[in-house]
Amino acid sequence: MTFLRSFALILIWALPAQAEMNIQSVTSKGGITAWLVQDTEIPFTALEIQFRGGTSLDAPGKRGAVNLMTALIEEGAGDLDAQGFAAARDAMAASFSFRAYDDSISVSAKFLTEFRDPATDLLHLALTEPRFDADAVERVREQVLAGLRADAKDPDTLASDTFNKLAFGDHPYGSSGDGTIETVTALSRDDILDAHKGALARDRIYVAAAGDISPDELGALLDRLFDGLPATGAALPGRVEWTLSKGVTVVDFPTPQSVVMFGHGGLKRDDPDFFAAFILNEVLGGGRFSARLMTEVREKRGLTYGIGTGLAPRDHSEMWLGQFSSDNDKVAEAIKVVQDQWQLTATEGISAQELEDAKTYMTGSYPLRFDSNAAIANILVGMQMEDLPIDYAVTRNAKVEAVTLEDVKRVAARLLSTDALHFVVVGQPEGLPSAP
Amino acid sequence: MKTLRCLPFLFLVAAAPAVAETVTDFSLSNGLQVVVIEDNRAPVVTQMIWYRVGAADEPIGHSGIAHFLEHLMFQGTDKVAAGQFSATVERQGGDDNAFTSWDYTAYFQRVATDRLDLMMEMEADRMRNLRLTEDDVATEREVILSERSQVTDSSPGALLNEQMRAAMFLNHPYGIPIIGWRHEMEALSRQDAYDMYAKFYAPNNATLVVAGDVDPANVRALAEKHYGTLTPSEDISPRMRAMEPPPLAERRVVLKDARVSEPYLIRNYLAPIRTSGDQSEAAALTVLAELLGGSGTTSELARALQFETQKAVYSSAFYDGTAVDYATFGVVVMPAPDVSLQEAEDAMDKVLADFIANGPDPEAFARIKTQVRASQIYARDDVGGLARDYGAALTVGLTVDDVRTWPDALQAVTAEDVVAAARRVFDRKASVTGWLMRDEEAAQ
Repeated sequence: MTFLRSFALILIWALPAQAEMNIQSVTSKGGITAWLVQDTEIPFTALEIQFRGGTSLDAPGKRGAVNLMTALIEEGAGDLDAQGFAAARDAMAASFSFRAYDDSISVSAKFLTEFRDPATDLLHLALTEPRFDADAVERVREQVLAGLRADAKDPDTLASDTFNKLAFGDHPYGSSGDGTIETVTALSRDDILDAHKGALARDRIYVAAAGDISPDELGALLDRLFDGLPATGAALPGRVEWTLSKGVTVVDFPTPQSVVMFGHGGLKRDDPDFFAAFILNEVLGGGRFSARLMTEVREKRGLTYGIGTGLAPRDHSEMWLGQFSSDNDKVAEAIKVVQDQWQLTATEGISAQELEDAKTYMTGSYPLRFDSNAAIANILVGMQMEDLPIDYAVTRNAKVEAVTLEDVKRVAARLLSTDALHFVVVGQPEGLPSAP
Repeated sequence: MKTLRCLPFLFLVAAAPAVAETVTDFSLSNGLQVVVIEDNRAPVVTQMIWYRVGAADEPIGHSGIAHFLEHLMFQGTDKVAAGQFSATVERQGGDDNAFTSWDYTAYFQRVATDRLDLMMEMEADRMRNLRLTEDDVATEREVILSERSQVTDSSPGALLNEQMRAAMFLNHPYGIPIIGWRHEMEALSRQDAYDMYAKFYAPNNATLVVAGDVDPANVRALAEKHYGTLTPSEDISPRMRAMEPPPLAERRVVLKDARVSEPYLIRNYLAPIRTSGDQSEAAALTVLAELLGGSGTTSELARALQFETQKAVYSSAFYDGTAVDYATFGVVVMPAPDVSLQEAEDAMDKVLADFIANGPDPEAFARIKTQVRASQIYARDDVGGLARDYGAALTVGLTVDDVRTWPDALQAVTAEDVVAAARRVFDRKASVTGWLMRDEEAAQ
């Protein structure tokens, strides 16, 4: 999970914008700020909320508390039990989704204009007065435990868990935010209450809305929605440095195909070279079929169904990660191809044509992302989490255009390193021992 | 990770709501059907071309060829060099992909509106002018075999689904996996691909869906310019596949795998499809699936098995009637750790029997009607989703009007309709029950 999430984050920054789109900053009377794109064409609102912190806020020994708490938010609130809450939500055809990530808890909501007020009140109830009833806790705990047991036999999860453990050790990034069988089994209701108080606080809220709602209406909604949340939440964890070095770690697992996760350190989102690195990643391992790794590993040799890499500058560390699957008898060759491409790109950078093609793709695809209320709200909240200015959507393509071949070459030499690149292989790869 | 060119699965989403007022359709003289869906909120357009050919139209012994051809369509033509199709789309800032089902194969690009002309030129070009080399075919065959390893062979749940489908369809080719059986995939040739291509890839066997910031007159002009000159295929005839005999015996499939952690059971029933002009039975089954398993909290299965008795940690029900010949209605239950599969299956059967005896809870029924109405509004925020709904429906023989009236059909469903539909569809003789189990001996 963690791995894919990283990719999702990347996509959010890659996310583009349309110059004529009017993004407004709305500050409520109570002091909550949100970004808004008002569009009255369809009578509903998409609302995206992020609380910075996420599962990394878990107290020592309480791994999984924030995740379990988040899964319980919709399982009863105020005078409604789980059944009553779901019935009230569905009767309005509103949808709320709560998710715990490494660095944030996200709340995605959408509701029809005709139900805006009661839907806001119901969401407010969930955020501020979740019941955490004993039967709900046990039921949802069982679901989380079932997920964890399944994870233990899932090669993708094994790969990312192993990789994170090797890279980050005892820092929260080093383990799954879902917790372990032991920690989740041991969580008490008080632990869940503590997690709620620590994670959902007013000092870490980011909000964006898109759709059929005016600035005034949004301002009123914000105060109604967050009324009663504590002013401050739990302390964020400290920074963690990437320490993993070159090597291959094989996790024996009986499956016809090995899952491979690889990577090394990355760079911060506010690094002056970020856009050069972003283009470099696009050319080397971006999602496009013309990316170097996709061409070399899939199109030319048929060694995989798909391969991709992504920059993952998270709140407390930075990574450059990639992933693919390959049959056990081919995975050693595939890894060799990745290493060769990594080395080649580190040494020589990319070609003028590749730079031009990547720029055209990145600048051309940028506006395409803003094609729905749901997408817009999602992108705008991501921009705030990244501390980007409100005019970023307008200036972003110019930043991409400004990157030169020399910039990319410098960044390739600075960041790409086969001496640091570590591979975790889950499967039964032939001719590929763990090393060192 | 975006390697979705070609994930061979069918969309399971049951409700396919749509909006009427912005949809236009017409046909070109060579038989190409065109649907235009307008959404002028952003300068973006999606072009989708849907061919009325899928895994159920493959020659016997060549399973996987429809999907393999889908991959090979990204090789070259006389005008576009091998591998340059996607590269060209990407240079325009666009994304492209494709997917294959039993009944259709579809290709799409999402680009800025002013690039539609070029996209149509390229898509029309590869409809009739594909060029394949033996080398390209050999390499791409490795890719689809790797895809099978990743998507099917690495997933016990996917293997169970494959086995259950094969058991469900005694005679109809819906029993063939879209990705193909491995031993047949290994033998798929360039000639196999060409044969299927020459026969089925033609304007009179395709539907073009253009969705986004466009107007119908402009789309018509562009479509005439690029697709209008293509010659129709003379080999297109109505799809007459081998049909199922009357079902006489329920089937049970047990798959044991060391990689299974949480056992579960699935029951699939053979079910009717959406029929053009009369979608009432499919609408009732769609509402039935919602009532039984649509909500993880308040649906019949969740309430009975996860809340009242706590015999299950997960349950759901699903139905999608958008198909040429048959649909399936599915119910899945993952038992709690101390509950056996048999006990869970018995409890599930009791929920189905109780539902038929008692009918739906009136409040739950009313909520679903509100959700159907709302889903029409929410659907307008996803023009790509609307394009898929229309493309899939038209490719299986439904009409624009059927898609347009589908929400009305759902609204018209009564509680009695749902119970009657449940009574008809829950016929054990027409069912396959699958158990996914741990293989303790094979486990390490």
